[in-house]
Formats: sequence, structure tokens, C-alpha cells
Amino acid sequence: MTREQSVVPRAEFRSYYGRPVVKPPVWRHDIAAYLFTGGLAAGSALVAAGADLTGRPALRTTGRVTALAATLASTYFLVNDLGRPARSHHMLRVAKPTSPMSVGTWILATFGPAAGVAAVAEAAPWLPPRGMLGFATRALPPAGRAAGLTAAAVAPALATYTAVLLADTSTPSWHAARRRLPFVFAGSALASGGAAGLIGADPVQAAPARAMAVAGAALEIAAAHGVETRMGLLSEPYRQGRAGRLLRAARLLTVTGAVAAIAARRSRAASALAGLALLGGSLATRFGVFEAGKQSAEDPKYTVVPQRERLSRS
Amino acid sequence: MAEAHPVGFQWVMEAKRRGATVIHVDPRFTRTSALADEFVAIRAGSDIAFLGGIVNHILANELDFREYVLAYTNAATIVSEGFQDTEALDGLFSGYDPETGTYDPSTWQYEGHNGQTSHDTHVHRETAGGLRQESHGPPVPAETERDETLQHPRCVYQILKRHFSRYTPEVVERLCGVPPEQFAKVCDAWTRNSGRDRTTALVYSVGWTQHSVGVQYIRTGAIIQLLLGNMGRPGGGIMALRGHASIQGSTDIPTLFNLLPGYLPMPHHQRHETFDQWVDEIRHPGQKGFWAEARAYAVSLLKAYFGENATPDNDWGYGYLPRMTGDHGTYQQVLNMIDGKVKGYFLLGQNPAVGSAHGRAQRLGMANLDWLVVRDLYLIESATFWKDSPEVETGEIVPEECRTEVFFLPAASHVEKEGTFTQTQRMLQWREKAVDPPGDCRSELWFFYHLGRLVRERLRDSTLERDEAVRALAWDYPTRGPDDEPSAEAVLKEINGYDVATGAPLPGYTALKADGSTACGCWIYSGVFADGVNQAARRKPGREQSWVAPEWGWVWPANRRILYNRASADREGRPWSERKAYVWWDPDKGEWTGHDVPDMEKTKHPAYRPPPGASGAAALAGDDAFIMQGDGKGWLYVPSGLIDGPLPTHYEPVESPVRNPLYTQQANPTRKVYDRADNQLNPAPPEPHSEVFPYVFTTSRLTEHHTAGGMSRQLAYLSELQPEMFVEVSPDLAAERGLVHLGWAHVVTGRAAVEARVLVTSRLRPLRVEGRVIHQVWLPYHWGTNGLVTGDSANDLFGITLDPNVLIQETKVGTCDIRPGRRPTGRALLDYVADYRRRAGLDATHYPPLETP
Amino acid sequence: MTTTGYDPAPAAGYPDAPPRMGFFTDTSVCIGCKACEVACKEWNAVPDDGFDLLGMSYDNTGGLSANTWRHVAFVEQAAPSAASLDVLREAAEGATQFLGMPSSTLPGETGREDRDLRWLMMSDVCKHCTHAGCLDVCPTGALFRTEFGTVVVQEDICNGCGYCIPACPYGVIDQRRDDGRAWKCTLCYDRIGDGLTPACAQACPTESIQYGELDELRARAASRLATLHERGVTEARLYGHDQNDGVGGDGAFFLLLDEPEVYGLPPDPVVPTRELPSMWKHAGVAAVTMAAAAVAAFLGWRR
Repeated sequence: MTREQSVVPRAEFRSYYGRPVVKPPVWRHDIAAYLFTGGLAAGSALVAAGADLTGRPALRTTGRVTALAATLASTYFLVNDLGRPARSHHMLRVAKPTSPMSVGTWILATFGPAAGVAAVAEAAPWLPPRGMLGFATRALPPAGRAAGLTAAAVAPALATYTAVLLADTSTPSWHAARRRLPFVFAGSALASGGAAGLIGADPVQAAPARAMAVAGAALEIAAAHGVETRMGLLSEPYRQGRAGRLLRAARLLTVTGAVAAIAARRSRAASALAGLALLGGSLATRFGVFEAGKQSAEDPKYTVVPQRERLSRS
Repeated sequence: MAEAHPVGFQWVMEAKRRGATVIHVDPRFTRTSALADEFVAIRAGSDIAFLGGIVNHILANELDFREYVLAYTNAATIVSEGFQDTEALDGLFSGYDPETGTYDPSTWQYEGHNGQTSHDTHVHRETAGGLRQESHGPPVPAETERDETLQHPRCVYQILKRHFSRYTPEVVERLCGVPPEQFAKVCDAWTRNSGRDRTTALVYSVGWTQHSVGVQYIRTGAIIQLLLGNMGRPGGGIMALRGHASIQGSTDIPTLFNLLPGYLPMPHHQRHETFDQWVDEIRHPGQKGFWAEARAYAVSLLKAYFGENATPDNDWGYGYLPRMTGDHGTYQQVLNMIDGKVKGYFLLGQNPAVGSAHGRAQRLGMANLDWLVVRDLYLIESATFWKDSPEVETGEIVPEECRTEVFFLPAASHVEKEGTFTQTQRMLQWREKAVDPPGDCRSELWFFYHLGRLVRERLRDSTLERDEAVRALAWDYPTRGPDDEPSAEAVLKEINGYDVATGAPLPGYTALKADGSTACGCWIYSGVFADGVNQAARRKPGREQSWVAPEWGWVWPANRRILYNRASADREGRPWSERKAYVWWDPDKGEWTGHDVPDMEKTKHPAYRPPPGASGAAALAGDDAFIMQGDGKGWLYVPSGLIDGPLPTHYEPVESPVRNPLYTQQANPTRKVYDRADNQLNPAPPEPHSEVFPYVFTTSRLTEHHTAGGMSRQLAYLSELQPEMFVEVSPDLAAERGLVHLGWAHVVTGRAAVEARVLVTSRLRPLRVEGRVIHQVWLPYHWGTNGLVTGDSANDLFGITLDPNVLIQETKVGTCDIRPGRRPTGRALLDYVADYRRRAGLDATHYPPLETP
Repeated sequence: MTTTGYDPAPAAGYPDAPPRMGFFTDTSVCIGCKACEVACKEWNAVPDDGFDLLGMSYDNTGGLSANTWRHVAFVEQAAPSAASLDVLREAAEGATQFLGMPSSTLPGETGREDRDLRWLMMSDVCKHCTHAGCLDVCPTGALFRTEFGTVVVQEDICNGCGYCIPACPYGVIDQRRDDGRAWKCTLCYDRIGDGLTPACAQACPTESIQYGELDELRARAASRLATLHERGVTEARLYGHDQNDGVGGDGAFFLLLDEPEVYGLPPDPVVPTRELPSMWKHAGVAAVTMAAAAVAAFLGWRR
């Protein structure tokens, strides 16, 4: 959509007493939180794998432990948000490519155990070298590497499928953002993974994490800017209300974090703070996107006006 | 109709699908209006003017169906010279007595028959005489003088013309608020769709009947339908939509104080001292028609009541029947309760605390009894008034001190018992019992049978004269089942009638005898069990029989589906058109035939003219289509039988902001009033202070709820559809009074203030009446204090004024004020209403006279 | 008229599927009695939806939800005729505001210049789309396509993930609050399987709701539309009948008397899954970008 089209004034529209046409998602904040923890897990897994292959043990440990913690948190959020948590295993009944949630279930089903094994492998140095556990002591490191690489291989899918999850709905501002949202989430995942590295490892080891974080931040900001400005009327919820406030805060934190990450590359403390800012920015981005979707569903104009425009064009 | 009879309305939709035009006339735009082709907004209470305008249009433009009018109406009959119309007497007819507020109708009679009638019209009003006479025709002589050219100045046609000449389209606009273009459309549509090839149906409901001139509303409609030749014809006629299921049955086998089954009158203590006097008044010796056999109907009824105890020697037990001494109508009873004259009350499926006019009077009356028995599906407001009525809130009823002992007996619902429903088209349909009632719930039949049985056991050894009647009753019905449920079929067989000696069911009312050899519970229902077959239970699907579908259920009388269908053929017995052929004379077979049971003796030739001096059925000519009328004709002009006049006249409702522009006489000069301090009515011009209650209000129903709400506000699925009491106002009235959509408002009259949520809607529109803007307010009347959803009761707003002919209350129009916000509670509410009364001059010292000075 | 192209039941794998069944709801004969709402709840034991006066004309239900599977919408439209305008003007003199119900103005062409008041009434229901968003995104297989071409939720499988709810382009399916699962109209699967008519169609007194084979219903609807247009009701239109629309046509379609959004319906609904291949593609590119960035970050800082 051109810049001109994005500022065409909204036409008069009709609705049924101003009520929503589509239903806003019933997901609670658990899902917004999961968007963050899922991305964090993915980014951390990449950091961990990269660290593993380039001999950065502290960074590797940080990455692996963060990946597991984020995965456990993700699992909690996903199960808790269900209407019937006791039936969460019903997700495993089918594997449906038309359902991003089904695809995501299997992505997580692969990533989770892999991240788990990789993280457990970090405990190998503390295990006794002989005896029953001695086998584990010897098997864990290579198992951990294999698992960690598996997790890293799946990580980009884990980070971006959630964008498809949101976009594959009738929620107007999510569906409209379907081309850009994967890049927002990819960038956000990179940024949070890198940020974890900045917090958990010394600046020298964490240098690649810093690069990842800055690259991710740039990708996130660029893609988000497109979402916020280039979708015409459907960009509006990303700029207004609670969503707007969250996304503006997110941008501030992300930019601050990225700049600080570069400027403070020699200071452990400053790097950690930069990492925290980046994490905060990533969290705010996810919540902002989540809120924007809900806002776009609650006001019927976001459903009716673009559809009317589409009809009048055809 | 779509609001109150949605299932029946499907047939209106079917007619529309086939090209019928649907016109809806109502104070407000309802769900019926939404589907109508034309909606006419009318001021509540002005319908006689509206219809009168149509009568005028027909007569002034000679659009009447002349052959029909000459053949089947009294248009040509000449009226006596003494008659004076409202035109001459400024709103009154000749013969008015201001002392009693009634008319002496002698001057209204047909020419040559003055003084042949003896009426105590006052007694007629007290006993709702009109209700009896609607179906069996008041007494008139068989022979009348007629001018077939309709030119004689005193023939009914000319009288009609003069009487309605002032109901011009301009008057209709001034009085009703209907613009002339729209009025012209309605007149055109109605007249063009009537005649040989087409007929128009008129459908009305309680929005027409519940007025102080309600009977005359219907009369005006009848005049139009007679002039246009729509009565007794398929697709024509007048259909009365009743207020709830089987209410037609409640007048046929009556629950009304002044009727016995089959519209035999309840005897009056003065006028019917003897059995013969009573029978003769019903028979009208010298009249035409089938009431001549009234003796047989009466004797058979008494045999059904008293069995062996009804003999020729004791006048068939006539002495056992109760006698009327005056007004025993429900409203008089309630006022008597307030005055301490009534000790006990049975309420059966009735909720007067919410459903009757002047709710406060109803509840105060019920609070002043010795005992009250309520039978219903739920604890309705009339059972719990003593602890949760608005009067408890104001302190007028104190639960610990209320002297009424209330017995609540749970009732079986309609699927938990067997029996018939009789619906508005006179059709009896038998219902099977589907499930047993739960717990202690029982049917009405069970209740009355066992109550009677127990009472009779108590009185078995009594020697008191007053107990003889109950002891003489024939009370042996078979019972079955663990609850000893009486057989409804046995009752229906008794209603049908049987030969006393053999027990064989009778084929119809012509088999009834006056010698005690037949018993029959309701002569008009005779035939429902002909041949020992429950005719009311027949359910042959429509697609397996003719379009009249005579084998679905059973219609009284004699399964005749359209009454007076003789009028569907011309004088010679030929159908008016092929398209509208219904019944006709078959000259080869020498009998009447057709799609329905002909409403004429089967072999009576159309050209038959009775010999002089004939009476009864033999006095009916072959072209007397209206066989229940004394002269066999449809009455455009009513010489006797109506208390408020032979012709409908526009009177304002008793409560109105408008001065009657047509006559000095403001409201119905014969209306039934109860002038007492607890029943003062809002002032209407020319009385002063009518501006204290400047708005017109009306009530009606919502599809989602049922009458007083006892059956709907207890159910979640219905309650959620309309969860709160609300009031509808136009946007203009909302602006004038500061009412906010979904905010609170309260409506005030001289009796009460009720609160409701506000619905601002353009479906209500201000009307211009008499040159000024009149606002109308609408309320549903379904709410009370019990149930899943509760609210104030609209009927608390009305006082009690009744139509004089049938004693029905005027609850479709009144005046009110409306203010934003909730009403006061407790004693403050009483003070608030009292202040309105004071400002309106309602201080119980002055009551407006019936005749406007 | 025969079905051309895609038939959902055979496409879902039923070898000898019966003809596709559906609803045609002709709102031009709806009298707003709500018998459909009540009959549906009675048959399906759906809980009540709360006692709230919404003031949306006579609509106190609000919309389709987990506890309302048939919803009657009411729209009052007023455009006063010349005759009543001057009365209104006179009445409004001195009043500062024109309060009113939220009502839309009349559409341009009504075909009935003398009518100045319209009350639209419409019984809304799940559309049982040919391409159903809810069905596509359900991750447990709880939602499935029946042999009649309808879409049904199995309440013993649904774990309340909630994904179907934003997926529906009509805003039909919803989660029941105290229950956790998603619920919607089943097109009375437990009645039509025995040859019975769905409860709402059975109860509707004016045959506004018609149930039958979808092909036959479409033919009937076309004929009804033609009749209305001949009578001058030019604003009548069909909605959801077009198999080329964004959901492949609805199993439950309508005859409306105004634009869909007036009734709360989307003007041009599209099943979100239609763009799913494109979405996966974009996600794929984003994923590759992410991987590349990670690789570059580590390669660039090799010790």
C-alpha cells in the first residue's frame, strides 16, 4: 500500500449498534507472555548452539539454561491459558498444516525435549565420573550438543510460527500484518536471545550475542514500523490506546537497549542492563501486538471499512 | 398479531406471499407493522372516528355492495319517527336519562314497533347484557317495514349516511392524527378489495375491546364489513384474536357471572322469578331463529346439572340456580372486597395483582378477605401479595397483620392433563395428556370434582334449604389412576349431550328436547361427540382434505366453519362469483351444499318467505342469512340490545387530553363508573387540570412474555429475551422530558407511579391532534414482583371504567405524566401520587357527570 | 441448479456423503418472535445468556456466542415522510437534542417511497462455511466436517485453546466462560441424522428459517429474490450464497434487506486460511533470515 493510500480518510461505515463483527481472541495475557518466552527460547537456543560450536562455554550455558527456562515458562503459559488445561494433550491428536497451532504444537514437541536435554547436559560436570551416573556423565556432552543443535535448527520455526498463528485469524490488524509480523517476531527473538547472552556471559564471550541482539533489534524495529504505518486503517490500532503505548515503550526500550549494547560493550554491568532493556522491549512488543489485535477486533470499523473498500475496488 | 399470535401470524404471511395487502393500524409500530404493507399510526382511543371515516367514504361514494346490503342487512328497514341521532342531540341519542345514565331505547325501534320492548337498561348494564345478546340477538319483531330503494329518510341506510357524514377525512386527520393521503389509501384498498370477486378480512384484538366504547369499536368494523359484503364469506369476516388460549371456551362454557353454557343468561332475581319467565325471555316468542328452542336447551342443561333431581315438578331444578342481583363483575367484586363484603376468593390461572386494571385496588381487596385460594403453576404475585406487593413497600399492607389466609395449590400444566381448548374460530381441539403432573400438581378438573365431592360429603346430612342445590347436583364422573383423575372425556360427552334413558350421545342441538329426555351441558357444543366419536380429537392433515379442512377438530355449531355463510351466495342462492363460491343452492337436489356446512336449513329454498305470524325457525326466510338475529338480517343499525346507542359514535376515552371536537358529550354517556375515592380518574376536558396528565399512554404485549408474566418470567429462556420492564417514548418526548435511552423513568397517573427503563424509539411518533402535538407512551404489562425478572406493573396505572355493554375495562388508553428517574419508594411514593392528585383536582368530592354539561 | 466444484463433505473424505444440507434464512418474512432462539436452547440445553437489557431495539441477546446459537437482530430505520416531518419539527421546537435509538438511515433505493419506518429482523446463525476458518485452525481435531457438509464441535475433545474464536470471519464461535470449551450451532446434527428438522427451522412460524438440501435452498432463494425485486423491494439481496466468495459460500445463507454490516455481518468475509500458504512463505523467509543473522553473528566474531 502506498503512502498516499495509508492516509486516505476513513469512509462512513455502518454497523450493528457499534458491536464487533468478529470476536476478539479469548486468549489471556498468558499467550502474549508466551509469544515472548517462545521467542526468547528460540533466540537463546541459537545463541547456545553458536556458542557451543565456537567454544564459548559461558555463553553456551547461558543460552541453554535460558532456553530451557523459557520453554518451561512457555509450557506453563500455554497450558494455563487453555479452557480445559487437563486436556492439553489433545493437541497431540492431530498434525494439521492448516492449523498454525497444530504445527506449533509439534515444533514445541521437538524443541522442548531437545532444549531440555541440552540444558541437562550442562549439569554433566557436576555428576560423578564413575558408577551408574558415570555413563550419563560421559554421554551427556555429546548428547547435549546434538540436542542443542536440534533445538537451534527448530528455533527459527519456533520464533516465527507464532506470527502465522496470529495472522491466520480474522482479527483485522493481525491478518493485515501477515507479511511483516514474522519479521517482527524473528527480530524480537534474535534480540531477546542476544539479550540473554549479554546478561549471562561476560562481554568478551557475549560479543556474538551482542551482534545478534543489535541485528534483531534493527529487524524488529524496521518490520514493526511497517506494521505501524503502512497498512492504512489497520495500522491504527498499533498506534492507539494501550497497544500504541506498549509499542512506543517497546521501541524506546529496544533502541535504548541496542545503543547501550554497542556503547557499553566493555562493561559487564552496562551490557546486562542493555540486555534487560532489550528483553523489556521484546516483551512490550509482544504485548503491544497482542493488544493491537484485540483492539482491531473490538471496533467494527476495522472489519467493515477495509472489506467495503475491497468490494468497491473489485 | 405478530406480537401476540406469532404462530397464527404465519397465515397472514402466507396470504401476503399470495399477494394479499396487509394494513396495520396501531398507536405504535410493532413487529406486525414491520411486515405490513401499510402502517397507520393512530391515536389510541380514536378508532371509531377512523372507522367512521371509512363508513362515510363508502356511503358518500356509493361503494357499498348494494345487492348484498339489500339482501342481508337491515339497511332498508325503516326506523321509528321518534328516533333522534347524535347529530341532533350533540352527542346523545334520543331517550337518555341523566339520572341513571342510560337510554330508554323505545325510540330506537323499527317503525311500527315502539313499546314492544321492555328493558331496564340499567339492569342490562349491571349484568353485562350485551355479552348475552351478541350471539343470540336481542328481541325484535320478525316483520319489519322496508324501503328497498333506500331513499326513505328514516331507513337505516339514510340514517347511517347522516350519522357518519361528519366523519370526513379532515376529521380523521384532526382526531386520529392520520394524514388524508394515507387515509385515502386505506379506504381505496379496503373498498377495491371487496365485492363479488374479492373479500377483505378485518382482524382485531384486545387493543380494540378494552375501551369504554369497545363494543362500538367492533360495531363500526361490522358496519364496514356488512356494507362491503364481507361477512359470511371466505377471506372476509371479522376475526377476534383473543387474549390467551381457550378463552373462547371461557365464554362458551362460561366463567362469566352472567352466562350459563351456550350463552343462556344467568337468571335475574327480579326479571326471571319463574322458569317460564326465564325461558320466554331467551326465546323471544315471535322472533325468528333457533333461540325459539331455548326451552329444550335450558331443560337439557338443567338435566345435566341435576340429573334425576331435575323433574317437571320442580321446574327442572330451576330453583337451584343462583340468581343475579346486580353487578357481580370482577371489578365490583374487588371493590366489594375492599369494603369487606366478600369473604373468600378462588383464583385459577389468574393473576389480578398484575393482570387486572387498578392493581392497587386488586391487592388491597385481596388483603381484606378471610381466605384466598390460588391455583397456578408458580407462586404468582396474587399469591404472595401479602408479603411482597408494592403496598407492603408503602406500608398499606403489613404482612403480620394481613387477615387473608392464602392457600396455594399447585396446578398441572396443559400437557399434564387432557381436555379441549376452544380457540377464537370456535374450534374445539382435544389435547391428550403427555406426562403426569409432578408432585402435588393437579388439574382443574380434579380440583373441582373432588372439592365438590368433599363439600357434598360434608353436606350429606344437612337439612338446610340453602344446601339443597349442592346436594341435588349430579356429580358422578368416573375417575381413574392413582390420583383419581376424573375423565375429561366423560365431561365432554356430557357437554355433547345424551339421551337420558339410553345414554346414547346426541348428534346435535336439534335433537334436544324440552321434556327431560335429553341432557346436554352446552347446546352449542352438541355434536362434538356425535356417533360416540370425539370429534374434537380429529387431526386429519390439511393436505388430505379440502381447503376448509372440516376434519380437523370440531367447530361449533355443527362443525360450521364460517358463520352466516348463506351470505356467500346471492338472494337466489348462486355464489357471488366462482372465485368466492362457498355454499350455494343446488336446484336439482333441492338442497344447500358447498365447501362448508351451510348456515341455513338444508332444504329451505332461497325463495322461501314465511307465512304471516310464523315464528322460530319457520320464520326465517330463504334469504335470512343472519339466522341468530331477530329479523334475520345483519344489523347496520342496532335497534335494541346495546346500552350506548344504535350507532357507533366517537366519544373520547374517559381519560383524554383532547376535548371531543365532534360533540359536547365528551365520553360515553352510559359508561360504567365506580365513583369512589379509591377510583378517581384523571380529569379530561372540559374538566379542569387535564394538563397535569398531558400524555396518552397505552399498553400491550411483547411476544417474549405472556400476559401477567406468571408463565414467562419464571423461565430463563424467555426472561433473558426481555429482561426488564421498559417504557417506549418517541425521541421528541424524550427530549421534552429529559429522558435518556436505557435510563430510568416513571409514569404517573392518579392511581400510581410505576418505573421502567426507557427505550427511545422512532416507532412511536408524536401525532398532531386537534392542532396540537400529542405524545403517546407505551408500556408492556408483563412485569410484577416475582420471578427471574421483576419490575413494576403497568396495570397499576389504570383506574376502573367499563364498557357498559359487557363490563370490560378501559385499559388500552389513559392519560399520564412521565418523568426521568426512578419513582419514590415507601410512604414517599404515596405522597408523590397524592400530590399529582391534588394538582389534578382529584379530592374525592367531585366526580365528572356521565352527561357532559 | 447443481453444485459445481468443491463439495466439503466428499472433500473431507466421506465416500458416500448425502447431499449437503443447510439453512436459507429469508429475513423478509421474519417477525422477530425469537422462537428460534428458544427452540435451539431447549433442544441443545444451552444455558441462558444473562438478563441484560441491551436496548438494541428488541435485541437483548446481543450476538451469537457460546450460549446463543441463534440470535435475532433488530434494526430500526426511520426516515420520516414529509407528512410526519412537520409534526416532528413542531414537537422538536425548543428541544436541544434529538435523542434516538442508534439507527441507520434508509438506504438509497427502498422501492417504497411511502414507507418511512423499517424494522429489519434477522435470525443469525453459524454459517457452516464451505471453507471454515474455525475448522482449519482447530489443533485438536475437535471441530470436524460432518457427512452433511456441516461443521460441528465435539465437546469431549475441545480443550478450549480458543483458536477458532478469532479465526471465524463472522464472529460466531465462542468460548463458554465457566466451561472453558468452544461452542456453536451444530445444525442439530443429532436431529438431522435421524431425518428430523433442526429445532430452529421446526419452530419458525413463518418459514423464515428453511432447512433442506443446499442446492434446493439456493434455487428457492433465487426465486424469492426475483419475486421481491419484481415487487419493488430492490434492496433485497442474498448473502453467503455465492460459492466464489471468500469462504466458498455458506451452508447457512440469507436473504437480507440491507447491507450485511447493518445486521452485524462482514461485507466481504474471507477465510483466513486462504492466505496461509503465503503466510508460511513469509514465515519461512523470516526464519531463514533469523538463522542467517545468528550464523553471521557467530562467524563474524570468530576468535
